[in-house]
Formats: sequence, C-alpha cells, structure tokens
Amino acid sequence: MTAAPGMTAPAAAGSAAIPGDPSRPALVRLVRDEGRRVLATLVRTTGSVQLAEDAVQDAIERALRTWPRDGLPANPRAWLTLTARRRAVDLIRREAARDGKEAQAMVLLEPDDGPPPSGPVARDDLLRLVFTCCHPALSLDAQVALSLRTLGGLSTGEVARALLVREATMVKRLTRTRQKIAQARIPYRVPAAADLPDRVAAVAATVYLMFNEGYLPAESDDPSRPDLADEAVRLGRLLRELLPTEPSVLGLLGLMLLQDARRAARFDAAGEVVLLADQDRGRWRAELISEGVRLVGEGLRRSPDRPDPYVVQAAIAACHGLAPSYPETDWNAVLSWYDVLLTVHDTGVARLNRAVALGERDGPAAGLAAIEAITGLTDYPLWHASRGELRVRLGQEPAARADLRAALALPLGGAQRRYLQRRLAELT
Amino acid sequence: MPVYAALLYTRDVDWTEPGYDKEMAEYQAFGEAAAAIIRGGNALYPTPTATTVRVEGKGGKVITTDGPYAETKEALTGIYLLECADLDEAVAVAATIPAAWDGAVELRPVITFPTPPSA
Repeated sequence: MTAAPGMTAPAAAGSAAIPGDPSRPALVRLVRDEGRRVLATLVRTTGSVQLAEDAVQDAIERALRTWPRDGLPANPRAWLTLTARRRAVDLIRREAARDGKEAQAMVLLEPDDGPPPSGPVARDDLLRLVFTCCHPALSLDAQVALSLRTLGGLSTGEVARALLVREATMVKRLTRTRQKIAQARIPYRVPAAADLPDRVAAVAATVYLMFNEGYLPAESDDPSRPDLADEAVRLGRLLRELLPTEPSVLGLLGLMLLQDARRAARFDAAGEVVLLADQDRGRWRAELISEGVRLVGEGLRRSPDRPDPYVVQAAIAACHGLAPSYPETDWNAVLSWYDVLLTVHDTGVARLNRAVALGERDGPAAGLAAIEAITGLTDYPLWHASRGELRVRLGQEPAARADLRAALALPLGGAQRRYLQRRLAELT
Repeated sequence: MPVYAALLYTRDVDWTEPGYDKEMAEYQAFGEAAAAIIRGGNALYPTPTATTVRVEGKGGKVITTDGPYAETKEALTGIYLLECADLDEAVAVAATIPAAWDGAVELRPVITFPTPPSA
C-alpha cells in the first residue's frame, strides 16, 4: 500500500471519458452500483469470482458505450444481468470447448436465466460478496484491493492509482487473490450467527483501513486518483443497508462520517495540516455530523451490554463534532468515552489520545505524566510529538525540541512531517 | 469435495520417544473426532533424520544434504489430508489439531488433476 517514489500513474483504463457530458459521473455511478449487485448474483450462479467479474466488466463497458447513445434501458439492472449472463455463458463455452466438457458447464447457468433476483436474495448475494472479499484468509492488502475492485466497482487501473501501486502490480495482486479464493475454496457464504460478530469486525477493519488510507494527506497529485475515503464511506453505507442492526457497522459509518465532516477544514489553502484546535468549524459539514451523531445513538442502543469499539470511537468524534469551539469541548465526556474505549480496545494509541485529552482537561503536567506512563510507543512519532507539545506548554522548550526531532526521525507522511518541521522552527 | 493438506509445524520432537503421552492422547482424540474426513496422514520422524535431495539439472548429479529443506525454529512434524467442504470448514478442523496450539498448521488445497481418458 505504499508507492515507489517518483512513480507515475498509468493512464485511466476501461473508462473512456465522453468529453463534455455532464451526466457522465452519474452514469458511471449508476452502472457501478447496479453492476455490483449483478456481480454478486453472478458469483453465486457461476461459482467463480473471476468469471463473474470478467462478464460484468464486459457488460459495464457495453452499458457505458451504448446507453449514452441509445438512452437508459427501462430496467438497467435487468439489462446488465442479461448482458453479463450471456457473456458468462460465452466465456464458459469457450473454456469448455477447450476442455471438452460443455454439457457439464452449462448446467451452471441455463436454469437461472430468469429476471434478476431482488429483495432478500439480492441482499444475501451482496452480503456473501462482502464476506468473501473481506475473508480473514486473505491479506489485508488483498482485501482492500478486491473490495475496491469488486464492491466499489473501480477499474483495476483506478484501484492501482487509489492504492498508489503500479497497474501491473495490481493486476497480479487481484489475480492472485481470485486464485486463492477459487483454489483454497474460500466459501461464498454469509457466516453462521456464531461467527458473525468476528467476521463483521474483520469487514469493518478492512473498510476503516481503506478510509484511513484516503483520510491521510494524499502524497499523490494525480487528479484521476479515486478518493479512498469516499469509497470507504460508500462501502460503509452499503454495509449499513445490508446489516442495519450490527453495532460495529453503525459505529464504523458514524465514525467515518464524523471524521469526514471535518475534511475541508483539515488542510489550509497551501495543503498544510490544520490541527483540530485551529480548524475553522464553519467549514465542518453539519449534515454529516448530525448523521454521525444519530448513528452513535443507534449503535449505543444496540450494544447495551458490551460497548463496540467503533461506536465508542464515534462517540468521541461526536464530542468534537458537537463542540462549538476547541476550548468549549466537553473534555469530561471525551475522557469518559476514552475510559470506556480502553475497556474494549486497550491500545497504546488509544492511551495516547486519552492522555492528550487529559492534558486539555487537567493541564499539561497531568497530560505529560500520562503520556510518559505509556510504554511501547517509542516508535510512534505522535507519541514524541504529543509529549513535545505538552512540554512546550510547560516551558520546557529544549526538551520539546528533542521530542520533535525524535518524532521527525521516524517514518511520517509528508504533510505531518512538514507540520512538525514548522513547529520545530517556531521553537528554535 | 476439496482435499486440504494440513502441514503440522511444531517443536522438532521425536514422537517415538517416551514422554509424549499427553500429546499422543490429544492426537488420538483428534483422529477419532475427524475420522470421517481424514484421507491420510502420518507423524514424521524429527528433522535430524531428514535428507534433502537435489539433482544438478535433469539427469545430472544427485546431491543429498543432511537435514530439512529449510532450517526453521518450528519443523514439519506431521501431515494430514482432510476432505472438507470449503476453507472455513478446513480452518475449523485445523483449529482442533493439537499442532495448532503447539505450533501452527498450514492448510494447502490439494490439486486434483483430471483423470486421463485411458486410465
């Protein structure tokens, strides 16, 4: 998921733009959303992710070619389903002709050539696809790439640009992933109720990883790079539609929306990081904040016994989202939520964030003591940077400079690095 | 149904030595519980008994070396062939093999080549 420096992105593939067509993005979105549902069903009826994807990709390309010319079909999903099925039959015939077992192969498709499924069947097909793409036997990188390709409907070239890898590398990664699904027989199935919480947590982790990849300052100036945060939010909404009562799904979507609401304020005109304390809250998107807050409430009602880590993190984000200004943040509430979070998700980073909040409520000395009590974070640049900030407030400037230098000696994203360099320059 | 090779990586032990009664009982229990899906398998003598064979080009000089192919902290000490519906089932079965808590179990789908018409 890291880019080779100086690498240039390949040209867009599979999405020849119609210049000057204002409805083009809406059409692409419609075709992708419908294509995903068609794909989910075709994976079930053909038993092959690879075959289904090839067939649906072909149908999508035909749709993007012919719909602008001939107009939108009355039922786009039925059109895509029929076109993709015919293509799948062609592909199977071609394959079978080579192997001499055509009769066998055709059984897979012929009996099911009716209208596309709708309602619970279509929902279950999509859910099966979600759980296959995010199966724990696949590496996280593979899950993210396959989810973007298969659930997000991005072309392989777009997935490559989104994850800042070469297109050829992405082609290989996706091929290996589909081969593993086929050869190791990763099932196309909604997990049993007993396994569901763990498996939903794995799906949520994949989507949140995708969101964070996109939420971090982009190190790429490629304007055709798909926005990972947008794709993750879209997947979060899909998960909510499919699993409307799962607390971690509600919490994940709430957390992403509450963070996404601040996106425009997180960078200044020059592309430099603006800290939460300094952000122009007028640029936060109020509608996303209120949607996120509602999701937190729903998530809490649905997890009365054991708090869900995503719901609790979303609750913390909601405290910030609802505060009229940084000094007016309800730090008591923030700290209470961090205490709850540590009971279900005790990590060094969660402890660090709690220590920073403690520093805001009880003063820098208390925050510093809490930071220094955390062990195991000396490789984490923000541990050093946070310690440095509190030492600045305590007037310990030489020690603060040493902290910022220690942070800068560790791997950091470009925008974060520039921020810490500016901060260090201010202290020198 | 697909068949999975379960490769058991554990401490490099000699199962023929005394002192493994507890482990032997655990494997006995697994063997009985999974009898319906076990298609084969064996415990292996420890890695000092291993011989690695290489040939310098097809038909060339045979070179044997003492020891396993890869020297690692954990050694291949046993194998099973398990017939399971899919990977989820194979994982659930592998999780009951004693090696899973005494080391690790690697699952590899077994290739079934089509039978030639003459066979």
